Parts: sequence; C-alpha cells; structure tokens
Amino acid sequence: MSYLLNSSEILQTIQMINQQHLDVRTITMGISLLDCADTDMDACCRKIYDKICRCAGNLVKTGCDIEDEFGIPIVNKRISVTPVSLVAAACAGEDYAPIARTLDKAAKETGVNFIGGFSALCHKGFTDSDLQLIRSLPGALSETELVCASVNVGSTRAGINMDAVALMGRIIKETAERGFMGCAKLVVFANAVEDNPFMAGAFHGVGEPETVINVGVSGPGVVAHALKECKGESFDVVAETIKRTAFKITRMGELVAQEASRRLGVPFGVVDLSLAPTPAIGDSVAEILEIMGLERCGGHGTTAALALLNDAVKKGGVMASSHVGGLSGAFIPVSEDAGMIASAKEGTLCIDKLEAMTCVCSVGLDMIAVPGDTDADTISAVIADEAAIGMVNNKTTAVRIIPVKGRTVGDSVDFGGLLGSAPIMPLHRGSASEFIARGGRIPAPLHSLRN
Amino acid sequence: MKAIVSVFAKDSKGIIAYVTALLAEKDINVLDISQTLLQEYFAMIMLVDLTDCGMSFVELSRYLADKGQERGLDIHIQRQDIFDAMHKV
Repeated sequence: MSYLLNSSEILQTIQMINQQHLDVRTITMGISLLDCADTDMDACCRKIYDKICRCAGNLVKTGCDIEDEFGIPIVNKRISVTPVSLVAAACAGEDYAPIARTLDKAAKETGVNFIGGFSALCHKGFTDSDLQLIRSLPGALSETELVCASVNVGSTRAGINMDAVALMGRIIKETAERGFMGCAKLVVFANAVEDNPFMAGAFHGVGEPETVINVGVSGPGVVAHALKECKGESFDVVAETIKRTAFKITRMGELVAQEASRRLGVPFGVVDLSLAPTPAIGDSVAEILEIMGLERCGGHGTTAALALLNDAVKKGGVMASSHVGGLSGAFIPVSEDAGMIASAKEGTLCIDKLEAMTCVCSVGLDMIAVPGDTDADTISAVIADEAAIGMVNNKTTAVRIIPVKGRTVGDSVDFGGLLGSAPIMPLHRGSASEFIARGGRIPAPLHSLRN
Repeated sequence: MKAIVSVFAKDSKGIIAYVTALLAEKDINVLDISQTLLQEYFAMIMLVDLTDCGMSFVELSRYLADKGQERGLDIHIQRQDIFDAMHKV
C-alpha cells in the first residue's frame, strides 16, 4: 500500500506550514450591495447591515473549520462590498460616514478583520456620489476600525483624472491629521481590479455575481526556502524553482477556495496568486530578492530580480488554479516586510527604487510612511507618477502613503500586527503645486485604442 | 474520510504503540505507516480511515493533540486532500 503515502511530500507540506510560514492569506467574500440602495440613509444602512450579516454570517466559522481540518492557517477572513459610491448614490447630498459605521458594525458582527469597498471609481470623472464619498473619507476612516477605502483615479482606457489625483492628496493629508491609521486603510488605484481579495484595496466590482469567494494565497517564506537550495545556479533554474513552488502554493489555495465555496454555497471567483509578506522573519519578499544574490533589497539589480520573481509566480500558479485573478504577483508593502524595513532604514531602499519596482510587480507604492509636513500637492504628484506607470503599462498600480503627523525622516512608526512598522522615508524636494493645480485629465495612451 | 496523522517527537520507545492505541480506541483504521528519524527526531506519518470514528474532525484533532502532549509528542491530523492537491497534478 505504499502508493498511498509519499512521506517526503507530506513532510515537505508540513514543513512549509510549520517552518516556512505557508498560509492562505485571506478568504474574502464579495457581496453585492446594489440592492441596498435607498433614498433614505437610515434605510440604506439597515439594508446593508442585514445583507452583510445574512451573507457572511458563516464566513469566519467556515474558514476556521477548513483551517482545522486541513491544518493550513487561514490568516484573514474578510468581506468586500460594492463600491459604496454606487450604493449610496440615491442618498447623495448627505455625509456617507453612517454607511462606513454600518460596514464597521457588520464586520464586527460577522467577526471578519477587515471590510473593503468604501470606494469610488472616478478614473474618468466624478459623479456627485463619488465626490460625496471622497469628502467623507477622513471622517469615515477615523471613526471606524475595520473599514477599508479605495479610490480609482486612472485607467489605461480612460487616462488619469487629475482632479481626483489633486483631491486625493488633500484627502490623504486631512485623513492623516486625524491619525495615521486612517491612511493605512486607504488606497489610491489606477486600473483597480474588481475581484481583488487583499486589503486595503478590495471591493466587489459591478461585473461580479451576487456573492463570491476569492482567495489570496501567500508564501514568500516557501519560495525563499526553495531558492536557498539553488545557490549559484543560473536564472533558468531560479525561475523554474519559483514556478514549481508557486504551483504548490496555489494548489493549496485552490483547494481552500473550492472547499469554502462549496461549504458556504457561494460561487468561487478567483485565486489571487500573490506573494504577500508579513513582518515575521522568514516571510519576506525582500529576502527572496536577496537570496537571488543581492546584498540588499533596493540596490541595483532589484528591479530585474523582482521582475523575474513576479513573472515566475504567475506562470507557476496559473496552471494550479481554474480561475486566476485579483492582483496576482509579488507585493512590496514596505512596513509589512522585515527585509524592506531593514533596507529602508539603512537608506538603500528609497522611494525612486520602489517606484521602479512597481513597474514590474503586482501593485504599487504600498505602506510608505512619509514626513508629516509633506504637502498635499507632493502626495498628489506621487499618486500621479504611480497612476501614469499603471496607465501606460496596462497594469494595476496603487499608492498607500502615510504622512505621519509630527514625525520626520529618521523616525519610524508602528502600525501594529500585520501592518508592521516603517521608517519615515524622504520624498524629493521641489514643488509640483503648479502641475497638480492644472486639473483636467491626462489622456489615455494610444494603446487603449485596440478595438 | 481519509486523513494523514503526523507525529513528531524526540525518539523514545513505544511511540507507535501509544499512537495506534489512541487511534484504535476511537475506531480509526490505520491504512499505512511510514516512519523515519530526522537526526534524533522521530517522524511518523500514518494514513488513516475515519469512516467509523464517531468524533467530529475538530474534536479528534484536539483530542490527539492533547493526548500527544501528555507524552511529549506533537500529533497533528489533516485531511489527505491537502497533500494530494499540492503534490499531484
């Protein structure tokens, strides 16, 4: 009966989980709130609360059951909802903070650790409701704990809404005035995706079904471990090793996704093939790049190493899942990655290198703490640069930037838990105010005209 | 349902006897056993059939973990599916 057991494979899986931080990073249930629209704000909030509690009542328990039975940690159970600017449009003219408070209450009731979708999609222009939502952000984010917000300001097909870029600079500053945690829950996107299970940028797009289960895998530690075994080998071997490892990680994610979908009676959406680091030692994307042969993540060669990693993760993962989506690739959130924190502290990893890295990895400038006296236009200019990279390269980019009041370069800030800690990074001097004040739209690049 | 029981401990006499007795007591049939020493550490992997076991998976998992701890053994039980998914195309 030896065909039943392959002990080396079983031991490998157990070691991946116990020693290399292999986990399913998140099971995220997407819920459409389009049927909760109402001209009365109180009624709208009541419908939202009831629907979320009804749909996601068993989400956390189901996640925990799967964890217990398969012996694989599922770190986060989360909810994403229809962008609130769409749901609340009928009650425009009012402050949307009550909806944020409702989402927060529903998240706490269902036991999830974040709820995403306090969002507006305004890449081509604002609806009244988009503007209302954006203006509600500083209050909504400071009054709630678990609500995540995102604003899409650009896309390859529509160009960049520079009025939104300018406004978001001011909103981020205003949010930071009320406490830096608000900014850690706010992402500014270009080319936002509708099925991303990862926070803070998750929302349930309008092309999605009524409810859906999306799963985000992780496993930088597993890839790092595998690469340690091929020291000195060529990049061909490195790429193959990453692909094989990504395949295994993704198969596990697919199994968990299918199982969660079946138990909850909710359709399976996608597996997001991401390498998402945590601040834990040995769970770092920077470490992978360093194992490839770089003395420090952020030095020359980092962009090439990340490009290889990002591509190989997708190639390995794509065959392991029936549906791949979300952001899929390597994440580089500075504060959530022990190697990046170390490199940023010693000054090797700077904002320019991070910007270059965002051209070849899955998202953008993520969890970057900057001096509290950074002006709104500079933040807008950082957003504009990232949005331009996303627009021209036909990829998602994002900015999650955190001006920390009263702190400056040389200080650091602790966000706690999975959000980690970050040194305050310097930005360039030189004002972009006149540039940002122009407003209007940056036209879409020519390769949008494919029809 | 089939599951994989893994046992890790410092090597000593009677580990297999102890674990199989725990399983037999809960009406669990052992289909296959593989055992190895990694340095001085004992690692055993068993494929078991839970068809006749009256406990829920979660209860069984806690029971085995607790009983293992009493004797200094690290015992885990996981559904077989996860290993198949990861290693078989």
